[in-house]
Amino acid sequence: MKVKVTVNGVAYERDVEPRTLLAYFLREDCGLTGTHVGCDTSSCGCCVVVMDGGRAVKSCTMFAAQADGHDILTVEGLADGGKLHPLQQGFWDQHGLQCGYCTPGMMLTAYALLKHHPTPSEADIREGLAGNLCRCTGYQNIVKAVQQAARGGQP
Amino acid sequence: MIPAAFDYLRAHSTDEAFAYLQQHGAEARVLAGGQSLIPAMRFRLARPAVLVDINPVRDLNVLRVNGGVLEVGAIARDSDIERAPWIADRRWSLVHDVSRVVADPVVRQMGTVVGSLCHNDPAGDWTATALAARAEVVVRGKAGTRTVPIDKFLVDSFTTAVSEGEMALAAHFPVPDDRTAGSYQKVERKVGDFATAAAAVQLSLNANGTIREAGVALSAAGPCAVRIDEAERMLAGQKPTAELIRAAADAASRRSAPQGDLRGSVEYKKNLAGVLVARGLRQALARLGVQA
Repeated sequence: MKVKVTVNGVAYERDVEPRTLLAYFLREDCGLTGTHVGCDTSSCGCCVVVMDGGRAVKSCTMFAAQADGHDILTVEGLADGGKLHPLQQGFWDQHGLQCGYCTPGMMLTAYALLKHHPTPSEADIREGLAGNLCRCTGYQNIVKAVQQAARGGQP
Repeated sequence: MIPAAFDYLRAHSTDEAFAYLQQHGAEARVLAGGQSLIPAMRFRLARPAVLVDINPVRDLNVLRVNGGVLEVGAIARDSDIERAPWIADRRWSLVHDVSRVVADPVVRQMGTVVGSLCHNDPAGDWTATALAARAEVVVRGKAGTRTVPIDKFLVDSFTTAVSEGEMALAAHFPVPDDRTAGSYQKVERKVGDFATAAAAVQLSLNANGTIREAGVALSAAGPCAVRIDEAERMLAGQKPTAELIRAAADAASRRSAPQGDLRGSVEYKKNLAGVLVARGLRQALARLGVQA
């Protein structure tokens, strides 16, 4: 079936099987490998992307067909040209990543969180990221990174 | 893990979705949030030949108080409830509690209340909640639309009153009066895991402080979420006391029929069910300004 998804402002029209999951559509059909697949069973949050500007979704647990006609934001779409998004800058400044595998999902989950809740408390951030697993950082610096972004990007 | 192949049908109206379901019968499944169905398909535990995607159906994207009930349409998300402007009113405290502990915060942005009821997982959160809140489910069938009380709706594990070719349109939660509060108590090993045990409680008080009506239900306590009628009968008409709470909790423990697994033994889970009912009753009462 034909699906047309706008990813980071660019329209991608592809012929896919209905069972194609959005994560694989992004990685294999669009060549956008910034969206990672961790657990493949909606437990880890590595594959989170943002749909229609405000909803964080696990792209391993959604079919590409469901994104037909919708806008998807992936990690590749965060930066504005050469300028990092405040969340990316926050992760950079606060050492919010080590291996980096969970980072795209963390940032996109935080992106949707900040859309709905621009001034979150530390507890709000920790709760909002509860569906995203990180095995390196112990989360401390991830929380700091999101706090920095919420402050408007000041370290 | 890629699901088995299926035909994807996109519905833009309830009529269209219903027509597809009538046409394909047992071969078809409704795709709402997909947060249980898609993992089940990936594990090949479910192999529907046809998926009817109802996400584009605007009429089903409903969350409103109307005619004495809270209408939750078939594609209203858990996160819609969590963010509803009226949710902080204590009369909705049970529903509010649940909306904050279903799965994880990202899953809740897709997952739906009605989908969870239709999935009827033994450890689901909305099933026990719907029992305690005495909700109903609106089902469309060949003979028209009918409203099914939750006790009749939940038939057995993964089985509901929705038959082949039918679809659930909405869940209706009666609007509780202002002397009502509830609580949802869940123990899970980690965020997003199935409950080790969970209890849903809702209490309405009379003006004199006695309990007018009690809703008490357990999840992860057997093949299907279960109403603890014995506890509800015990509580109704009584003044809340520590002794009464203990008796209701003991009734829940006795009724709980969990399976032992990595999350805990049968003995542990039965005990936990009672502990959670007691905590839930105390918290609901505290929300009503009553110490017991």
